[in-house]
Amino acid sequence: MIEIKFIGRGGQGGKTAAYLAAEAAFAAGKQVQAFPEFGPEREGAPVFAFTRISDSSIKIHSGVTNPDIVILIDESLCDELDVMAGVKKGSPVIVNAPKISSKLKRKLKGASIHYVDATKIALAHLGRNIPNLAMLGALATVSDLFSLDSLEKAFKKELGHKLKPEVINKNILAMEEAAKQVKE
Amino acid sequence: MIKKKAMTGAEAAAEAMRQINPEVVAAYPITPQTPIMHKFSQFVAEGDVDTEYINVESEHSAMSACVGASAAGGRVMTATSANGLALMFEIVYIAASSRLPIVMNVVNRALSGPINIHCDHSDTMACRDTSWIQLYSENAEEVYENNLIALKLAEKVNLPVMVCQDGFITSHAVESMKVLDDKTVKDYIGVYKPKYYLLNIDKPITSGPLDFFDYYFEHKRQQIEAMTKVIPEFHKIVKDLSKLLGKDYDVLEEYHLDDAEYVIISLNSTAGTVKHTIDKLRKEGKKVGALKIRMFRPFPLQEVAKWLTGKKSVAVLDRSASFGSVGPVYHEIRSALYETEAKPKVVSYIYGLGGRDINVEHIEKVFEELENGTAKAENYLGVRDENER
Amino acid sequence: MPEGGLIVEAGNSIEFKTGAWASVKPVHDKNKCVNCLKCHFICPEGAISVKDGKIDKFDLDFCKGCGVCAEECPVKAIKMVKK
Repeated sequence: MIEIKFIGRGGQGGKTAAYLAAEAAFAAGKQVQAFPEFGPEREGAPVFAFTRISDSSIKIHSGVTNPDIVILIDESLCDELDVMAGVKKGSPVIVNAPKISSKLKRKLKGASIHYVDATKIALAHLGRNIPNLAMLGALATVSDLFSLDSLEKAFKKELGHKLKPEVINKNILAMEEAAKQVKE
Repeated sequence: MIKKKAMTGAEAAAEAMRQINPEVVAAYPITPQTPIMHKFSQFVAEGDVDTEYINVESEHSAMSACVGASAAGGRVMTATSANGLALMFEIVYIAASSRLPIVMNVVNRALSGPINIHCDHSDTMACRDTSWIQLYSENAEEVYENNLIALKLAEKVNLPVMVCQDGFITSHAVESMKVLDDKTVKDYIGVYKPKYYLLNIDKPITSGPLDFFDYYFEHKRQQIEAMTKVIPEFHKIVKDLSKLLGKDYDVLEEYHLDDAEYVIISLNSTAGTVKHTIDKLRKEGKKVGALKIRMFRPFPLQEVAKWLTGKKSVAVLDRSASFGSVGPVYHEIRSALYETEAKPKVVSYIYGLGGRDINVEHIEKVFEELENGTAKAENYLGVRDENER
Repeated sequence: MPEGGLIVEAGNSIEFKTGAWASVKPVHDKNKCVNCLKCHFICPEGAISVKDGKIDKFDLDFCKGCGVCAEECPVKAIKMVKK
């Protein structure tokens, strides 16, 4: 069983990302679970969301304390909280950043750091800083949990009725670009 | 036909409601129940159901509208949580006393105060003496199944049913699950034909009359005795569902109990975390098992006694407190074992109030304390001591 | 016994002789009465009957002595007296 922790701020789509990761893995035949951790619901407040992916049925219903993968949607959160809390040594952390600064390197010590400028990609394609789908594109590259194809299907299934087709397509482009650009 | 889906517990409840297609639904939003009615009102707006959806100004009115609609002869459903359930309490009692087969999804949340929106069972445990049947759900799939069982059971015994699921932990978590197709569900639940109903103009009746020392007691006796028919009816009802979904259903679910010496009893989502922990401890050769309570009202006293006789020790996990007495589940379990010969030692753990997380380490600690005999009669799990900050 | 306190026979109010509650009873003055039938319609027990468009009888088996008829009569043709 793989446990993924999404760390972001309210409004950046962390909860949706956790649900989409589950949907994508489910489409690929895996057993899944995804849930947000609800604090005060405010735009800008730190938000955690989690996805469990397994080949066998998932019975556990507790919070995730030792994630296998961390997706840091907003690098500035490093200053406010311990992003590495409970993270196993050598686990991948995918961070939304243009480069790995020495501070970020210090804050994410012990992790296998991957980075992608998802904000820049989201702004270029969507004109808004909603980097969640770009971050999932990067996750698809870094892990073998699901393909970009299953992710695209999950995205269309979940949000196809809410978003305009051109917004869907722009998100898919952002996802594909981030999948290519993510670096270690 | 069975379909695999990934859904939240709230969506699973709404999906069951869509397939049941009740005549009337009246509800008022409250966290964490809101996503059930959010989803269901979309079905109404899009014409996927024939339901008359009544917007009301409070939960008291929601249940009042349900009582009226059910007495009129309709299939009626609703949903609520915590403070909403507390506000409708008066009518919750009247619904059961009027023997109306209403099905209500309750998303378990701590009752205020101090104010808290997260999961515990204080809301439904406060309703355990209302004469509603209570079914508890481990995960989204069970929410779906329990809704189907609840509807049939309610209409069979003329008692309302609460289908409970853990707030956020189940209601807001996406999980892999199985659902039936619409036609199969329609055939399974059948057509509702009440014997007496207000809209039957060929046979006029009076519903909810004054009932003093002349007949009130007899009507209460009928309710007490109706509850004794629930478990046998449950067994009949789940037979067909077992065939459809390829799963067994019972009022209790045992997990590795046959050769277990140490047992944990729980309900709702924690039962899953207990199973997960047992899988881990069994690999280490520990003789541990679990009993999950699906039906809390009526309480399956005899079934509990049957499963627990001869075990070394048992821990009962309660996610609510009965202030001035012991935890509600612990209370029932102790009572169930009073007449048995080979009584296990039974201890209580209060845990998870206001959504406090319960994890594998907590469950391991409970099994450890059962095994080495260090558990006190009454314990807490995952709470600070008075002198801690 | 029907469940939930349901009363399944319609029209059963005839079984309740509410006249037993009364301490006063109406006395009707046929000479004063203009047969407007107001008392017939407002009587909560339906105890005042009408025959050929005129007030006929006050059924004391059901009159509970509330006095609404006397209060509402426009020509004061009804008086409440001790039973």
